Amino acid sequence: MSEIKDRLVNGIVKENPTFVLALGMCPTLAVTTSAINGLGMGLSTMVVLALSNAIISALRKVIPDRVRIPAFIVVIASFVTIMQFMLQGFIPSLYAALGIYIPLIVVNCIILGRAESYASKNPVIPSLFDGIGMGLGFTVALTIIGAVRELLGAGEVFGYAVMPAGYEPIRIFIMAPGAFFVLAMLTAGQNKLKAVLGAKGKDVSKIGSGCSSEVDCANCAEASACAHKFIDTDAVPGESLEEGAKRREAEREGE
Amino acid sequence: MVKELLILLIGSSLVSNVVLSQFLGLCPFLGVSRNTKTAAGMGVAVIFVITLASVVAGAIYTYILTPLDVTYLQTIVFILVIAALVQFVEMVLKKFIPSLYQALGVYLPLITTNCAVLGVALTNVQKQYGILTGTVNGFATAVGFTISIVVLAGIREKMEYNDIPESFKGMPIVLLTAGLMAIAFCGFSGLL
Repeated sequence: MSEIKDRLVNGIVKENPTFVLALGMCPTLAVTTSAINGLGMGLSTMVVLALSNAIISALRKVIPDRVRIPAFIVVIASFVTIMQFMLQGFIPSLYAALGIYIPLIVVNCIILGRAESYASKNPVIPSLFDGIGMGLGFTVALTIIGAVRELLGAGEVFGYAVMPAGYEPIRIFIMAPGAFFVLAMLTAGQNKLKAVLGAKGKDVSKIGSGCSSEVDCANCAEASACAHKFIDTDAVPGESLEEGAKRREAEREGE
Repeated sequence: MVKELLILLIGSSLVSNVVLSQFLGLCPFLGVSRNTKTAAGMGVAVIFVITLASVVAGAIYTYILTPLDVTYLQTIVFILVIAALVQFVEMVLKKFIPSLYQALGVYLPLITTNCAVLGVALTNVQKQYGILTGTVNGFATAVGFTISIVVLAGIREKMEYNDIPESFKGMPIVLLTAGLMAIAFCGFSGLL
């Protein structure tokens, strides 16, 4: 029970994919024009993330390490396709609003990232809840960003007018440039938090570890998380997903 | 026909720019834009891969998925084909054109899960473009990506010498720049 709670708290607070890790920025910017769109995208991603985590974890002793990326992609893309048809059938308004960003959940790096770093070496139940926790963290973040943009850009939250009648909406916030400005403020806040907590001697290595480092992709230590090889030619033949993941973890700690 | 393709070329590269108005391919846009040379390298790699992926995905959709009536598999098939294609291109370049591999090799693995590639393939299907129109759309989209990443890299090179508030160093100032570029690109909507 404590493990389940731990995974949920980890995903929503400690390693919040958007606010802490700064992962999955494309959907974060694209669909947060309103709180309801952010909520819808977050929940869709959560379902896909939790189910694919569970399946990948269940198959972790069977999938060969070498072909893990195609295997992950097939599992994730299958759930995304199912999700797409469910939305089209049951919530057509949300389906229309999110458009192409629903199938693009496949390439959301949070999902592939959790498959690599958690589900491939942990049992099914914790993996499922890791997915739910991370997904909830993503949902909370997208809903907050969506609510802020909707409030400033349209004077509403979830479609209800909350600003006084005299408020002139700052339209730019629900347009494309506004997304960049909101994210800029968010990452600036992260930097500030990192500086303040770092000065107090707290561990801040997780903050912004997704991709907000000063260095270029070519010189980035985390580049292996973004660069995926279809067939991993560096993997040891015959190793299962779990063995490979544990070996890579040991190698990283060795460095 | 030619006129329609020209309009598509301008529309996909400038008016609805893939990064600045559709938010696809943000990772390389932010991660490989520290100097114009590497940005241009990334841009060329993206043009190459997206154009090729548009042809292949278009052909698979028209000649395999549609006749078999399994178009619902498009997302799964497209992403697998793109990921495999990128590694295939990498291997071919390494073996036959080592000089080009030297220039583009480091960027190729980063493109595998670049959402712009899958995004273009899916848009082509959604808008019911044929293989030719889809390829032109893919090429134009990638050119739009290259224009914006090279411009951003140019601005970032200049910004190296600026005095930036501590918290805004790194990503925040780059995102603010991208936002201002997005406003500028809104101006292109008057073109069509």
